[in-house]
Amino acid sequence: MSIKDRPPIEPILITNPVTVHVLGICSALAVTTSLATALVMSASLIFVLSFSNTLISLIRRHIPNSVRLIVQITIIASLVIVVDQVLQAYFFDMSKRLSVFVGLIVTNCIVLGRAEAFAMKNPPGPSLLDGIGNGLGYAWILMLIGAVRELLVAGTLLGRTILPLADDGGWFTPLQLMALPPGAFFLLAMLIWAVRSLRPEQREVLPGTSDEESAS
Amino acid sequence: MSELLLNAIFSENLALAYFLGMCTFLAVSRHFETAFGLGLAVIAVETITVPINNLIFNGLLADGALAWAGLGDVDLGFLTLIASIGVIAATVQILEMILDRFFPELYRALGIFLPLITVNCAILGASLFMVERHYTFSESIVYGFGSGLGWALAIWALAALRERVDETLVPEGLRGLGLAFILTGLMSMGFAVFGGLEFG
Repeated sequence: MSIKDRPPIEPILITNPVTVHVLGICSALAVTTSLATALVMSASLIFVLSFSNTLISLIRRHIPNSVRLIVQITIIASLVIVVDQVLQAYFFDMSKRLSVFVGLIVTNCIVLGRAEAFAMKNPPGPSLLDGIGNGLGYAWILMLIGAVRELLVAGTLLGRTILPLADDGGWFTPLQLMALPPGAFFLLAMLIWAVRSLRPEQREVLPGTSDEESAS
Repeated sequence: MSELLLNAIFSENLALAYFLGMCTFLAVSRHFETAFGLGLAVIAVETITVPINNLIFNGLLADGALAWAGLGDVDLGFLTLIASIGVIAATVQILEMILDRFFPELYRALGIFLPLITVNCAILGASLFMVERHYTFSESIVYGFGSGLGWALAIWALAALRERVDETLVPEGLRGLGLAFILTGLMSMGFAVFGGLEFG
């Protein structure tokens, strides 16, 4: 791959953390009932990911190998607390809607995965770009699912009416399934199907040769 | 209590209703045997960590919890996150050592899954839900066990289904992960049906 050395671009399109590595799925499904929550969640994750990558990369030579996971988790958790407190202070309604999922960025496999796989081995500059790239790769999937779900459930985008609902004299009958957990699962399945149809090399090999340990 | 237990297992299933622990849920559900071990480990860790976190939150971190030390107006609630993840990491480590020392066979079966559990958001999620919903200590034991069992049931069922379904002919792009999501979605509908169930 020729653009392999350009961290901000690659993870957005080619090695997308959500569709290819199946990381960070929890929040990708849970906070996507509307575009607004998806947007806030994406912003939080990009913030945490780029800062944790940069900070961990800055001190990477001073972290003893045996306690590196604890150091990484502590840095990530501190950043998440900052995000959580800011949301509670200035966007209280949004913070209530996101519920525990902001806190769960701590265990979001993308953040820890990038810290371990990239920031520990690379200087701060590329690590920051890698964080932003992976964050954006996560963000556009999240916003796509959020937009589709909000459109099909409420006929709106960011609260603005796009498809007038039948109840309000329009023509659109909302698809309530999309508001429920199963709808999110089906939608992500379709998305992965679409991505893999476009990029056949990402398809899974036939059963029997599975690699169990590939995901964290 | 019984309602809390049933809700935690079925209608508020951590995996199927709140999408928690999805990374491990999908990665370790290809074979029933491994999924079975992971399920057991999750039940054990959740039953232990949720009550411990409950004690720590109510005894040290909650607003006014430090009144006994003359610090009645101190609210350490913002430390919940770090405290919970610390408790989980420590519990997993201790559990690993105890199993290794006293139950070597169990350790061989569960050992490889225990490190995976530290970063499993179902475990942290259960603790955070416990704080958000203000469970008492006894409720937190029931909730910890119930939510762990619910998660385990979900991964056992999915692994058993995937073992069969992986043999079938489906469109190539859908094979594996895509199909696993569709199965999970169908199971999620099934588990939601149990909402409102009660003993007696």
